[in-house]
Amino acid sequence: MATEMKDLHYDTSYLESFSGRRGEPDWFLDLRKKGLELAQTLPLPKPEKTRIIGWNFTQFEHELPTRTVDAVADLPESVRSLIGQGEQSGNLLVLHNGSTAYAALSEDLKAKGVIFTDLATALRDYGDLVKKYYFSKAAKLDAHKLTALNAALVNSGLFLYVPKNVDIEVPLQAVFWLDHDNGGLINHVIIATEANSSVTYVENYLSTTNSGQAVANIITEVYVGENARVQFGGVEYLSSDVTTFINRRGYVGRDGNLQWALGQMNDGDLITETYSELAGDGSSVDTKAVSIGRGTQKQNFVNRIKHYGKNSTSNMLIHGVQREEAQAIFNGITKIEHGASKSDGEQTQRVLMLSSKARGDANPILLIDEDDVVAGHAASVGRIDPIQLYYLMSRGIPKNEAERLIIHGFLEPVVSQLPIEGVKEQLAAVIEGKVQ
Amino acid sequence: MSQPVLKIENLHVAIEGKEIVKGFNLEIHGGEIHAIMGPNGTGKSTLASALMGHPKYEITEGKVTFLGQDLLEMEVDERARAGMFLAMQYPSEIAGVTNSDFLRTAINARRGEGNEIPLMKFIKKLDEKMALLDMGEEFATRYLNEGFSGGEKKRNEILQLMMLEPKLAILDEIDSGLDIDALKVVAKGVNAMRSPEFSCLIITHYQRLLNYITPDKVHVMMQGRIVTSGGPELAERLEAEGYDGLKKELGIEEEEGTVEQEA
Repeated sequence: MATEMKDLHYDTSYLESFSGRRGEPDWFLDLRKKGLELAQTLPLPKPEKTRIIGWNFTQFEHELPTRTVDAVADLPESVRSLIGQGEQSGNLLVLHNGSTAYAALSEDLKAKGVIFTDLATALRDYGDLVKKYYFSKAAKLDAHKLTALNAALVNSGLFLYVPKNVDIEVPLQAVFWLDHDNGGLINHVIIATEANSSVTYVENYLSTTNSGQAVANIITEVYVGENARVQFGGVEYLSSDVTTFINRRGYVGRDGNLQWALGQMNDGDLITETYSELAGDGSSVDTKAVSIGRGTQKQNFVNRIKHYGKNSTSNMLIHGVQREEAQAIFNGITKIEHGASKSDGEQTQRVLMLSSKARGDANPILLIDEDDVVAGHAASVGRIDPIQLYYLMSRGIPKNEAERLIIHGFLEPVVSQLPIEGVKEQLAAVIEGKVQ
Repeated sequence: MSQPVLKIENLHVAIEGKEIVKGFNLEIHGGEIHAIMGPNGTGKSTLASALMGHPKYEITEGKVTFLGQDLLEMEVDERARAGMFLAMQYPSEIAGVTNSDFLRTAINARRGEGNEIPLMKFIKKLDEKMALLDMGEEFATRYLNEGFSGGEKKRNEILQLMMLEPKLAILDEIDSGLDIDALKVVAKGVNAMRSPEFSCLIITHYQRLLNYITPDKVHVMMQGRIVTSGGPELAERLEAEGYDGLKKELGIEEEEGTVEQEA
């Protein structure tokens, strides 16, 4: 029964004190209290075929030490190497243990009414706007214990708002950096775009922790306005001491388009869901996600899309590599609701197994409640093709180098989608490290 | 030229327990171009794949010496680095790996660590060879053979041949599925490689390619071994008469259930 939870160290008076010190609006404190109450009674989520009893989601330090820097050059190498160069670097938020360490937003974007700031600041300066979106349509506070915990203890976050008719050509970048053993990164990201706008957002999660047990509880809500476009890139590589729950949820309006390109490279245990709701007619979503499992880590990936709007289209491409004794479950769920006529939902999941002790299950699920639609799925789990290996070796490439090429090629769909060179290179380097 | 580049002695090759190549003998010297012709199912592709070290084929008997070394003792990649190249009949597609990254990796594998090819030199060479083979610029950044038509794949095999500069190139039915223009381009590429340091073994079903690449010797393979050899005129004779005439002359009976070859 997934209801056991080790006692949380934080109570209502702690929340009142924490919220007061941050100058949060009353409605936000109320939601914190509601979350705390529900966290006691709601069950943990039940990811299919993955036992998460005993996973630590509740023991962590909450108020963490932070620091600021004056320039990007003052950031440590592991963070600095991610930052875009030249025109890709002017719009950046680096959060260290939940607080802003460095922030930059071009005058041009500010003048256009774009808001790009950490959540705490957004609550103080743009509270009403945040309230409109926070835990509204994309994510539900009472979904389960972990969403409730997120509401109760959120200590990190970001608010990105794009007014209507604003097209942002340069990518906006965020780095969430956890740098405290046993720390809790309880993060909430909101991206809201009004009609006819467009934005590219790339986020990185990294941890420079070593021992102990840290926790990351991350909820991301992306609102794509009518005829708006959002390109969302994300690379996570939290270390093995971090237990992670990450739930990214998109809500797409009429004729809106949402693209997810995710490199999920964490080393600890993970349950993650990427969910997109195609609410408006003509809306579309494209999800590409790659991951690598190694050591003894357990991961559960859910990629879910629901079609409500007519003429909506979705495409999912999920590639996972499993090595050593890692275990992972990949669930791809495409649901076409009654009324979403002339929709098209496609999904492909492939798992590359690099060892006989690793485990990877790919479960494709199509749930179709409408006649006049097109849907398709493909799922495969297999080893490196020996004939492909033979082909590369026949050109003089040694076996392990040939395997490396094949693995990088397998994960390329996401690497090539990321718009920032630094992030792309870092993902390629992380991949290299995880397959050694 | 005293030592042959390639010496095959009494080679027997089987797949899934069935013997396909049955006592094959051949010697190729530096600078020579040999052609092997024969009806379908006689073991031509099996021979080519076995020489390269394809995992599905089993050498049950025989010896192969390549540049003085025991070929059968070598791993696939070692054979390639020693100077052997096989242009395959059905090249693999490798998603996500660009043609140019792949070529550079292969060239550097041969050159060794610390002696990698400088980027500009590589790009210049690649552009030059692609132009010679009438391949558009986009071929460098397309993923290796992914979505390539049959003709494009064959051209890509010749591009690799020209970039890797092997000592011995084995072409496994490089002409199948090519129109006359593509055929001429392929021949142009191979002919550009001609030198005393380069030998070639062309496996072909049709004589047509040999109009553009003149072989020094032509061998006919039937039922797993060479049954007759000659000069270019042998190919012309086969083109005119088909294989039946030759079979009758040599007293060869049709064998039951000859195997369709697939790389």
